[in-house]
Amino acid sequence: MSFQRSDLAEGVRASLPVLLGVAPFGVITGVAMVASGIPPLVAMLMSLFVFAGASMVASAQLLASGSPVLLVVLATLIINLRFMMYSASLRLHFAHAPLGWRLLIAYLTADNVYGLMLQRFSERPDDPGKLGYFLGAGVAVWLAWQAAVLAGVVIGAGVPASWRLDFAAPLAFIAMSVPLLRDRAMVAAALAAGVTVIAAHALPLKLALLAAAATGIGVGMAFESRKT
Amino acid sequence: MNLWYTLAGMAIVTYLARASFLLLPAGVETPPLLRRALRYVPAAVLTAIWAPELALQKEVLFLSLENERLLAGAVAVGVAWRFRLTFATIASGLIALHLFDWLI
Repeated sequence: MSFQRSDLAEGVRASLPVLLGVAPFGVITGVAMVASGIPPLVAMLMSLFVFAGASMVASAQLLASGSPVLLVVLATLIINLRFMMYSASLRLHFAHAPLGWRLLIAYLTADNVYGLMLQRFSERPDDPGKLGYFLGAGVAVWLAWQAAVLAGVVIGAGVPASWRLDFAAPLAFIAMSVPLLRDRAMVAAALAAGVTVIAAHALPLKLALLAAAATGIGVGMAFESRKT
Repeated sequence: MNLWYTLAGMAIVTYLARASFLLLPAGVETPPLLRRALRYVPAAVLTAIWAPELALQKEVLFLSLENERLLAGAVAVGVAWRFRLTFATIASGLIALHLFDWLI
């Protein structure tokens, strides 16, 4: 399996509009990590090794409130469980790629990159150039993300609290989740998860998030089977 | 020291989630029920992350026209629904927050 320069370029071009969303979220993530007391170097290492903004913002909040390591890791696992779904879906395209490429594809998998791949190839799974397209989009998003987090880490506490930039984190999640709501089952899953997490918010250990994920999956699947 | 364990733990579970199905041998089928269930994970989990940030204030449910985060979040949901643009969603939500803050 190999790729051509034109496929890489197509992936990079497709990622450009997405970078407009990646950049602010990366800056917010960098600011949130430093503001919660994570040293800049560790924040940057986290960005390189974990490379998953949602879980990094959540962990920053948990660390700031003195949560134990296991809880932070558990919350990260729940939030990043969605990558398993991307992995199952990307497997349809890359199951026959050499192991090295699959390890790299796994590392570069991000919400936006997966979304681009889905847009481009879900209706035309036999089109050539999948690997190049994924790598082009993936590397472009990765570079933009790391640069944005670095900017956020450097700006750090320099952002005045009166700008209320902390609110940009939930807004970024709204921007990621709402476009997923393409059918009634998906809307039902999201509504159920939202109501559950609020109703269960008093539960300890981020169990509310786990309960919300389970309820969302259950309600979504129930809606889906009712329809068919 | 705890910070390093946290970093390592987060990196490991996140990479394992990303690699999971991609590392299965080519012949292995993903169980259909599991694939159906996983389809709802992103919408459910991402919604569960932002919903409390809008609806709760200091750990208490605050559904009121005086909750400017709730109102600004509703604006952002509308923009995200209509335009599907990350940047427009974040910008409109932040502007709405300041606007409602000033009005209320």
